[in-house]
Amino acid sequence: MNHLLAALRDPQSVLQLSPSQWDLLIRQTRHANLLGRLYERLCAAGLEADIPQRPRNHLQSGAIMATQQQYSIRREARLLRDALAPYEIPLILLKGAAYVAGKLPAAQGRLFADIDILVPHERLDAAESALMLTGWQSSVTDAYDQRYYRRWMHELPAMRHIFRGTTLDVHHTILPPTARLKPDARLLIEASVEIPDLPGVRTLALEDLILHSASHLFHEGEPDNLLRDLTDLDLLLQHLGRDDTAWDALLARAGRLQLSGPLGLALRYTESLLNTPIPARIGKQVGNDTTGSAGQRLLDLLYSRMLRPQHPSTADRLTPLARKALYIRAHWLRMPPLLLAYHLAHKAIFPPKLEELPPMDEKKAA
Amino acid sequence: MKVSELSSAEFSERLAGDGIRLAAGPFNCRLQSGVPEIAGELSRLYAHHPLIDDTQFVDFHVGIQPGHGVRRWLRPQARFIVDSIEPFTPLPRDQSLPMLEWGLNWCITAYSQHILVIHAASVARGNRAAILPAPPGSGKSTLCAALVNRGWRLLSDELTLIRLDTGELMGLARPVSLKNASIDIIRNYAPDAFLTQPVLDTTKGTVALMAPTQASVEAVDTPTRAAWMVLPRYQAGSDARLTPMGNGAAFMQLADNAMNYHILGARGFEAVGRTVDQCRNFSFEYSRLDDAIAVFEQLAGDET
Repeated sequence: MNHLLAALRDPQSVLQLSPSQWDLLIRQTRHANLLGRLYERLCAAGLEADIPQRPRNHLQSGAIMATQQQYSIRREARLLRDALAPYEIPLILLKGAAYVAGKLPAAQGRLFADIDILVPHERLDAAESALMLTGWQSSVTDAYDQRYYRRWMHELPAMRHIFRGTTLDVHHTILPPTARLKPDARLLIEASVEIPDLPGVRTLALEDLILHSASHLFHEGEPDNLLRDLTDLDLLLQHLGRDDTAWDALLARAGRLQLSGPLGLALRYTESLLNTPIPARIGKQVGNDTTGSAGQRLLDLLYSRMLRPQHPSTADRLTPLARKALYIRAHWLRMPPLLLAYHLAHKAIFPPKLEELPPMDEKKAA
Repeated sequence: MKVSELSSAEFSERLAGDGIRLAAGPFNCRLQSGVPEIAGELSRLYAHHPLIDDTQFVDFHVGIQPGHGVRRWLRPQARFIVDSIEPFTPLPRDQSLPMLEWGLNWCITAYSQHILVIHAASVARGNRAAILPAPPGSGKSTLCAALVNRGWRLLSDELTLIRLDTGELMGLARPVSLKNASIDIIRNYAPDAFLTQPVLDTTKGTVALMAPTQASVEAVDTPTRAAWMVLPRYQAGSDARLTPMGNGAAFMQLADNAMNYHILGARGFEAVGRTVDQCRNFSFEYSRLDDAIAVFEQLAGDET
């Protein structure tokens, strides 16, 4: 039983939950990285007082964690701006950092693993030097991976700040240059907007934030965060929908950036899974009202499994298969067959070291 | 129903199956284990804790499982799992029991931002508590274990929990983790207390767990206020001596030892400030446990 999806679609439904159902809801929500966001949503629905004490502790903990991260994101944004300013490189925030800096509803209760920024391709080297001078270090040490990122990817290998430990992804566009779809990063940069209360800090325009979120989710999203990313889209679309004409602009923009495909999927699954209010005429244009082609039905089959909390209680026999299939699809969309074969062969011959789990922390596990 | 009312066969069967569901102060825990040999000691450590039924909300679903593949038999390992997530590297299998305790501590610190969590022991007399924050090696757990065996009520030996709304302390009454020399000291000091077999060569040296007293477990939900903050330091050969500590220094001691001070922001600041204001704050040097206990008795007596 997917209690989380039920609670997101209809917050009032939590009033019917028994203690053991609350238990499962909290576990699913933790696995989906949505504790803070669910708390905000239940509070917004006026249900704060109806959440029993124990589950409330967990939801509130997630929300408090998110609030604290938002302070640090805004601080990092100012520091990044100051690091890039001497070289006249604009700071353009993407994804979560953009939602927080722009105080969008999509910032609600969101947790972060890293900060993403967009830099014009021709200023990438200058930006990397400027960042290294202010304490950011490349976290990838393997020569093949370094080359792989720099030649084929849309971002530098992740950087990490030596003192603050924050992780930074520096993008020069939003999809790998080798991908089938080729959105033009210059259009994104031209349309970027300055944040009123953070002078010198910019984010993508709202339409572009939506299109980036969609292309990320349906091209390279990490399985554990797919549902979280879909709730981002839900909040972004609702924000956009304040102005009814914005929908048509969004579709036009998607066409211009070659991102109609991912946008179609975003509108399809936000509406069907999260009840996001999308005007009928828009849904019709992207085919939300039809079951679609055989390919679309296969994607529905896969995404209906992956757009769930990745918790044992919501998995079925097809879940592992769906996970693999979407992994392969992501790579297929990301690079042409020959390059993909070369990349996979290299990874097979020189398998990456398994990521080590941390040892039990002396202070934390005291 | 209490854990001790289960027969040892029932306990082992539940532990290997759905798990032992029990209440440890404010947290409901479900303990599972695929490592059967910890059952005996685990049931003694939690003997007085109330069982909860399977319709109740559980805060932490934790378990210990054997290592994967050959690590089941070859230099066998144990893994700590919380709701199918494995946050740590495995440890040698004979460290299963300490690993479960450390793992539960990790759950509390990682998942609880609705309270201030301080790396400190706390013990209570009636409804007044002493908080003992201190770095490892200061004798905090030894002193805490000694007090608990001389009429003080155990709230916690590692994690002191402070409510953000009322400022009250919440007890856990979970096992006390004794290290190295303090194991024999407490064995001699409190021969009636239940201690597990020492586990050698952990990252903290030799570790044994001491069961909380029955009175501590039974009174764990008593509303308790912090009355003293005592920063202990074991100093061989010294006389027991309390030295009053200024509010500023006391604040820094608590804030430094708070696990989530940086996450709670203003609320953390207020909670630490309120605790320091309502406590008499001291640093404390001692070597002989009996002398130390006498000092604490006097503290408790001063204000009754």
